Amino acid sequence: MSYLRAALSGMALTFRHLLRPKVTMQYPEERSTDTWEIAPRWRGTHRMLTDERGRAKCVACGLCPQICPANCIKLVPGEDEQGFRYPLIYEIDEFRCVFCGYCQEVCPEEAIHVGVHYENAEYDRGRFVYDLERLCAQTHPVSSLWDPSDPRGE
Amino acid sequence: MTPELKGFLLVAGIKITAVFTALMIGVMFTTWLERRVSAWFQYRLGPNRVGPQGLLQPVADGVKNFAKEETLPDSVDRPLFLLAPAMTFVPAMLLFCVIPFGAPLPVAFDFSVPLLGRFVFDGVTPLMIANLPVGFLFILAISSLGVYGIVLAGWSSNNKYSLLGGMRASAQMVSYEIALGMSLITVMVVAGNVTLMEIVTVQQEALWLVFPLTFGFVLFAISALAETNRLPFDLPETESELVAGYHTEYSAMRFSMFFIGEYGAIITMSALMATFFFGGWDIPFTTWDDVRLEGGVVVAGTPSALKSVLTHGVFLLKTFFFVFWYVWVRWTLPRFRFDQLMALGWKILLPMALAYILVIAATVWAVIGESPAISPQQGWVMFGVNVVVLVLVFGVLDRGRLVRGPGARLHRVGGTSGH
Repeated sequence: MSYLRAALSGMALTFRHLLRPKVTMQYPEERSTDTWEIAPRWRGTHRMLTDERGRAKCVACGLCPQICPANCIKLVPGEDEQGFRYPLIYEIDEFRCVFCGYCQEVCPEEAIHVGVHYENAEYDRGRFVYDLERLCAQTHPVSSLWDPSDPRGE
Repeated sequence: MTPELKGFLLVAGIKITAVFTALMIGVMFTTWLERRVSAWFQYRLGPNRVGPQGLLQPVADGVKNFAKEETLPDSVDRPLFLLAPAMTFVPAMLLFCVIPFGAPLPVAFDFSVPLLGRFVFDGVTPLMIANLPVGFLFILAISSLGVYGIVLAGWSSNNKYSLLGGMRASAQMVSYEIALGMSLITVMVVAGNVTLMEIVTVQQEALWLVFPLTFGFVLFAISALAETNRLPFDLPETESELVAGYHTEYSAMRFSMFFIGEYGAIITMSALMATFFFGGWDIPFTTWDDVRLEGGVVVAGTPSALKSVLTHGVFLLKTFFFVFWYVWVRWTLPRFRFDQLMALGWKILLPMALAYILVIAATVWAVIGESPAISPQQGWVMFGVNVVVLVLVFGVLDRGRLVRGPGARLHRVGGTSGH
């Protein structure tokens, strides 16, 4: 094959590619397109679910700090008058977290979750330690590590 | 000074300022175009955030480059290191002096300024900085100067990658200079003139020189890619082998100077392709825009501001088509190996250009003969000759012989060719 002719047909080919529709998703304005959206199993910023009275579902059993491979969960348990355990301090350091999702996996009360959310930039390192109040205030959808129709894996 | 001389100097000064400014804006626009078009070739959008369609992106880049630190490594040869960016920048700008970018513009003014006195100008000014009688030689001379900046940058950086880049640049640019000049000789032979303005005039009155000199244009375009160090001939800066080649050690605005020089050279080469082969500022299919100047006097056509503006627009369109073509080639052809590059320059382009000069000279002698300028009919006859040349080159000569891939050697070992 002649190099010059091959070069010319190559240029015709690249020109056809020039006219193809673009695949760029213009991020801050567009967060999902027809062909792409964030996976429901995405493991991102944590979220603590609350009960009907607005309290954290957490019973301070201590399983999540136990299983956490990054050792990023700090839990100090407390007990109320009726003898129910609840977390006095519950903090997750999102900087240390490796987003493995074990905390959600191990939680017997389905209280702590990893979320389908990734925009967690801060101006201050200290702000990456999420306390209980902040974890409860998150509103993003939670990750479906598990199958929603069979939450306890029974 | 007489008022007339002052008027002339004023007009010349305005033209120089306007061309320099337009060229700098053109360079800005070219960096934007390069990034946008590169992105389009890859199904991306490219920079589109700063300003409308990202047009102000080069301004943001410029501000960033001014604010960055100018590094000056200990081991560099300081005077040369500081001089080199300017030496690549200046020739690229200088070349634009002799390129006509529009129909001659009628200018008339007569005014007085306190202290400076009276300024008078009444006549037609060609839209080019200098209507040099040796315009063509000026281009060959100045375009070779561009290599000094690159070589000195490579040498003074005192870094093996820079040195290799500079060495490659010198070998490459000097080699392709020859093919470039040879392909332009055919233009000179056909146009019968070396002034760029006259070359445009010839094309207005007969036909665009790309028809009688099609293969000359092919040679010129290939050499122009090599002269401006663009892919597939960007060996001086091959990022995969030499980090960044000759400008590895540069940062901030000095690094930008190399880029302004490179893009300036691209614009100039594109403008030259438009001027030599595609009629310059001629608007195709009409003759109403034709204006002919001889020694500052109009001998044909009536110049007007409207004509100047429209022809300048056409010139810009042609130039930016070739700038686009540069980017298009960049995303089509992969980089050559250095031995392929040298073999192509010396063993193929140079003999081909020489043979082509012979063919064209013989054709001009047979077809045009003694008449002072080419006519359209003669041009089409020469186009026929070019078709034959193109068929020979594309179909017969170039059958795996022009550019050998790494596989060529393996075939020889296999003994099929009996070399």
